[in-house]
Amino acid sequence: MQPFTRLTGVAVPLLRDDINTDEIAPINRDLNPDWAALLFANTRKRADGSDDPEFPLNKPQFRRPSILITGRNFGCGSSREGAVWAMLATGFRCIVAASFADIYRENCLQNGLLPIELKGADAEAFAARVVATDGAAPFAVDLELQLISGPGGEAIAFDILPADRMRLLEGLDDIDFTLKHAQEIADWEKRMRSERPWLQSAQDARH
Amino acid sequence: MAQALFDKIWDVHLVATRPDGRDLVYIDRHVLHELHAPHAFKKLAQAGRPVRRPDLTFSMQDHTVPTAPGRGDFTNAQSTPFLQAMREGSRQNGIRLFDIDDPEQGISHVVAPELGMVLPGATHAVPDSHACTVGGLGALAFGCGTTELEHILATQVIALKRPKRMRIRLDGALAPHVSAKDVALRVIGEVGVAGGRGHAVEYAGTAVEAMSIESRLTLCNLSIEMGARSGLVAPDEKTFAWIAGRPWAPQGAAWDTALAHWRTLASDSDAVFDREVMLHCSALEPQITWGTDPSQVVGISGRVPELAAPGQESAFRRTLDYMGLAPGMALAGLTVDRVFIGSCTNSRLPDLQAAAAVVRGRHVAERVIAMVVPGSSTVKREAEAVGLDKVFRAAGFFWGESGCSMCAGGNGDRGAAGERCVSTTNRNFEGRQGKGVRTHLASPASAAAAAIAGRIVDVRPMFAGGS
Repeated sequence: MQPFTRLTGVAVPLLRDDINTDEIAPINRDLNPDWAALLFANTRKRADGSDDPEFPLNKPQFRRPSILITGRNFGCGSSREGAVWAMLATGFRCIVAASFADIYRENCLQNGLLPIELKGADAEAFAARVVATDGAAPFAVDLELQLISGPGGEAIAFDILPADRMRLLEGLDDIDFTLKHAQEIADWEKRMRSERPWLQSAQDARH
Repeated sequence: MAQALFDKIWDVHLVATRPDGRDLVYIDRHVLHELHAPHAFKKLAQAGRPVRRPDLTFSMQDHTVPTAPGRGDFTNAQSTPFLQAMREGSRQNGIRLFDIDDPEQGISHVVAPELGMVLPGATHAVPDSHACTVGGLGALAFGCGTTELEHILATQVIALKRPKRMRIRLDGALAPHVSAKDVALRVIGEVGVAGGRGHAVEYAGTAVEAMSIESRLTLCNLSIEMGARSGLVAPDEKTFAWIAGRPWAPQGAAWDTALAHWRTLASDSDAVFDREVMLHCSALEPQITWGTDPSQVVGISGRVPELAAPGQESAFRRTLDYMGLAPGMALAGLTVDRVFIGSCTNSRLPDLQAAAAVVRGRHVAERVIAMVVPGSSTVKREAEAVGLDKVFRAAGFFWGESGCSMCAGGNGDRGAAGERCVSTTNRNFEGRQGKGVRTHLASPASAAAAAIAGRIVDVRPMFAGGS
C-alpha cells in the first residue's frame, strides 16, 4: 500500500450528508473499468447527459483534486471498494468528513486514502475556508503532525487512532501484518477442531 | 461479567490482537460473489498467496446473473467476464462454486442459510454489505470490501476494532399484512441511516420472538441501512428446527453436540448495551419510503413531510425534486410504473407467498411492468411446486431466474429515468435501480398491491371479505 505522510493539493467542497457509495461510484458492469470516469458518474451529469457545470468536480478549478470535504456518514450503503478506487484514480488522497460509514472507512484505510473525522466548529471553519478559497490555493494535510493547514486561518488539528495513523504512515501490507499471527490462527483451528468441530468442517451431507 | 451475545461470539472467535490494536476474528464461513471476488483472486495470484481454507469458502454467481429464462454466460454480454472470472478463480483456488446453472444457485444471503452453511454462533463474511442478513440465524456476519475479502482468503481472519453494542427491542404483535420489512423500515425511520454506525445490533423482544426465521433474515438484512455492519437475533428452538436436516448443517452426533452448545447462545439478562432502542409494533401499519434513503419512510396513510429537518433544507428539496414529489403529498394514490419483488431482503418463499396472496385472481394494472425474481433456484423450484409461478404469470408478472437483479441492477435489470418503482429491495438511493428511477421501498404484499392497483395503496383492504 502507498504510504501517506504529507499531502498538498486542491480541496473540494461537497457539503452534503449521507453520500452513499452508489452515488460515489455507480455499480459498474465492466470488470476492469475506468475508475476515474465512474466517480460521481451520475451526479456530475444533467438529465440530457451533458456535464452539470454546478457540480464541484466539473469546475475547472477542481479538475485536479486532492482533498474532499463533506458531511456526516460519508460512504454509506454498498461495501463496494470501487467507491474508494474511483476517488484515488481521480487524485484524491484525503477525505475530511463529519463521520464515515464503517465499511467505507475500512476500505479507505486499506488503500492509503486518509479518512479524517472533523466535527463541530473545526469542521465548519474548515468547510468555510475551502469554500472561500474555491480551489485558488492548496491546502496541506500532515499526518505526522496531525494538522490541516491552508488559506484563511490557523492550522487545524485532527484526531486519528494511533494504529490507523501508523498503518497509513508506513503503508503496511495488512495481510503480511496479520500473517505474523499465523501460528495463533493454526492453534485456534486446532483447538476448535476438538471443541467445536462443526465450525471447522463444512460438508454437504448428501455427498 | 455479564455479556451480550455479540461479545460471546466475538470472544470465541478472537484469535489474537495485533500490535495496532485490531482484533483478528476468525471467519467460519466465507461466501464470495462474482462482482468483487475476481479482483481479489487476481491480487492473490499476483502476490503468490494461497487461499487458506477453500473448504470453508463458497462462491456464488448472483450480482450479474441474467434473470431471463434459458439464461447462460452470454445472455448479457457485460456479465460474461464476471461469470467466467469467478468460475476460473474458484476452480484455481479449489472453492465450491454455485454456478449460473447450479440447481442451488442464488443470492448468497439466501442460499447460505437455506443450505445450512450459516450456523448459530458462527462467524460469516461476504464482500457485500447485506452479509448482516444471516444474523437472523444467530450468526455474527460482516460485510466487507474487496481488500478485506482478499485478507480473509489469505488468512481466514478479519482484522477489526470491536464495535459497540446496540439492542433494539421490538415488542407487541404485528397486525395482519404487516411484516418484518415494515418493522425494519420503521426502525430505520426512528434511528436514522447512521444510527447504528459503529455498533453491532441485537434484535430482541416479543415481536422478534414471534417472527419466522425468514422474517428475522429480512429484519437483520436491513441493519446496514442504519449503518450497522452486523445485526443478529439470539437463536431459539425455531431456529434449530429450521436448520435441522439442511445439507451443509452438522448431522447425527455432530448435530447433537452443536445443538447443546447453540442452546447457550443468548445475551445474559444483565448484559449492558451501549445503546438501547425500543419500539412497540402493535399499531404499526405497512410502511413505504418517500425519499432517497431508507430512513425517509412513513406509514401507508402518511404524507411527505411538510418541512425539512433543520439544516437539511437543500437536501430535502433535492430529494423531492428527484422523487417528483411535493411537501405534504400523500403517498397512497401515486401512480406506479414498475414493481420489483425480490432481492436478499424479500425473495424467500414466504415473501413470494405473501405477494401471491394479494395477486391471486387479479391482474397487474395496465402499463405497469411487474417482476418477481426468486432469491435462489431452490426458492424458485419450491414456489413452482406450489403453483406460485402460475399465479404471478397469470396476473401478468415476469417470473425470473434467481439473482440480485433490480436491487442494484448489476445484471442490467434496470428501470428507465422518471419511472416510479415500488420495490421490496433495501435501498432507494438515487440511480440505484437505474438512472432517474424513483424507488419506493415496501413489503412484498405492499409491492404486489401496487402492481395490481397501478398506484401506491394500502394492501389491507384488498383482503377484506375474507379472501
